[in-house]
Amino acid sequence: MLSKRIIPCLDVRDGRTTKGIKFRDNVDIGDPVEMARFYYEAGADELVFYDITASSDRRDIMIEVVRRVAAAILIPFSVGGGIRNLQDMRAVLLAGAEKVSVNTAAVLEPGLISQGAKDFGSQCIVLGMDVKKVEPSAALPSGYEMVIHGGRTHMGIDALWWAKEAERLGAGEICLNSIDADGTQAGYELGLTKMISAAVSIPVIASGGAGTPGHLYDVLTAGRADAALIASMVHYGTYTIKEIKDYLQQRGIPMRLHW
Amino acid sequence: MVVIIDYQAGNLTSVVRSLKVLGVEAEVTQDPAVVARAARIVFPGVGAAGTAMAILKELHLDAALRTAMDQGVPILGICLGAQVVLDYSEENDTPCLGLLPGRTRALPRQPGLKIPHMGWNKVEFLREHAIFKGLPADAEYYFVHSYYPSPAEESMVLGVTEHGSRFPSVMGRRNLVATQFHPEKSGRFGLQLLENFLGWDGSYAE
Repeated sequence: MLSKRIIPCLDVRDGRTTKGIKFRDNVDIGDPVEMARFYYEAGADELVFYDITASSDRRDIMIEVVRRVAAAILIPFSVGGGIRNLQDMRAVLLAGAEKVSVNTAAVLEPGLISQGAKDFGSQCIVLGMDVKKVEPSAALPSGYEMVIHGGRTHMGIDALWWAKEAERLGAGEICLNSIDADGTQAGYELGLTKMISAAVSIPVIASGGAGTPGHLYDVLTAGRADAALIASMVHYGTYTIKEIKDYLQQRGIPMRLHW
Repeated sequence: MVVIIDYQAGNLTSVVRSLKVLGVEAEVTQDPAVVARAARIVFPGVGAAGTAMAILKELHLDAALRTAMDQGVPILGICLGAQVVLDYSEENDTPCLGLLPGRTRALPRQPGLKIPHMGWNKVEFLREHAIFKGLPADAEYYFVHSYYPSPAEESMVLGVTEHGSRFPSVMGRRNLVATQFHPEKSGRFGLQLLENFLGWDGSYAE
């Protein structure tokens, strides 16, 4: 039986890891390669790196990080943030990442998903979705809207429609981030996660709001997520991955317990 | 010399670096002449069967692989490489290499079942094989695929995995062994399997 995945997320700025709280007041907490090796040995099933570097030489910095991470761990990892075109995708994949996550660029240019899937395979292409709750309307019937720029810019695109469209275009997986829950540590947004996961056949990684192992249990059962992204709860040492996995296993969730 | 076949089906970085961890500098090649000199062949790949077969033929790697199979060179197929060694793939309706008899089929869809099968899953070993040496029964391996290899004969199924239904996840005959999962992305147990392959003489009695 397929295990549910526990995936630490590492935000990277200027080649160093941070943890953003609602995308503001980021604190520097270390070297991404050291953290990757630490989480690999601690039982992470996969890793996500999210590049929030703003400078123009961001790509070179991140490619070097990807290359060093790839040499340090033997589990899959994905890279997102600032993937704008096929050249960016190719550079990240050739540096050793298994997957690339496209977010803003895919909303602005959906052809990036289909072309990326054609060139590199669907299994490489993760659709990153930043989603905000809104009043349901004719244009936004699901009551969830696609946003970019950390939630500051509303796209006028319905999140449920976009998830299905991205699957049709060839995305292999969805990483679903609730802007409302992100950084709160008050739990994942279960209704959103369940709605999206039930509507597509590709796996959905839930993101935003993890604070306790119970939150992971909820999103992997009621939320129907296939994997859970975690950050602060492990970055600051509140829980180990093993503690989280043992807890979930005891509550009947299939987990990879030997590594 | 260990040769990794590069037929432009996904990036081979993780395969190369896993072998490097084991102390082996493998040669990545698209050249059938290099394949002909290989002592051992790793045949990885992700992507679609149709494109993969077209490129293998264009590069004349199909014939090189058949020759290596006939000569008893140990071959490890991984993921797409475990599928196109069969006669035929349902994906893109593609005639394949035919190193082993059988077909590659789509994972059966059912309500609530996620396809692709993506993540960590167990393998139940049905038969003994040198590449399984030292692997605990509860070890998990990293999968990402929507199709699976279905060899023509039961005796070729070495391991099975469950995702909705049970499918062959490791198969082998003579000097060829193939895993649907990615040992190069499967932590230390995957590394153990690769090390076992590097030490395998290519003999296998069914």
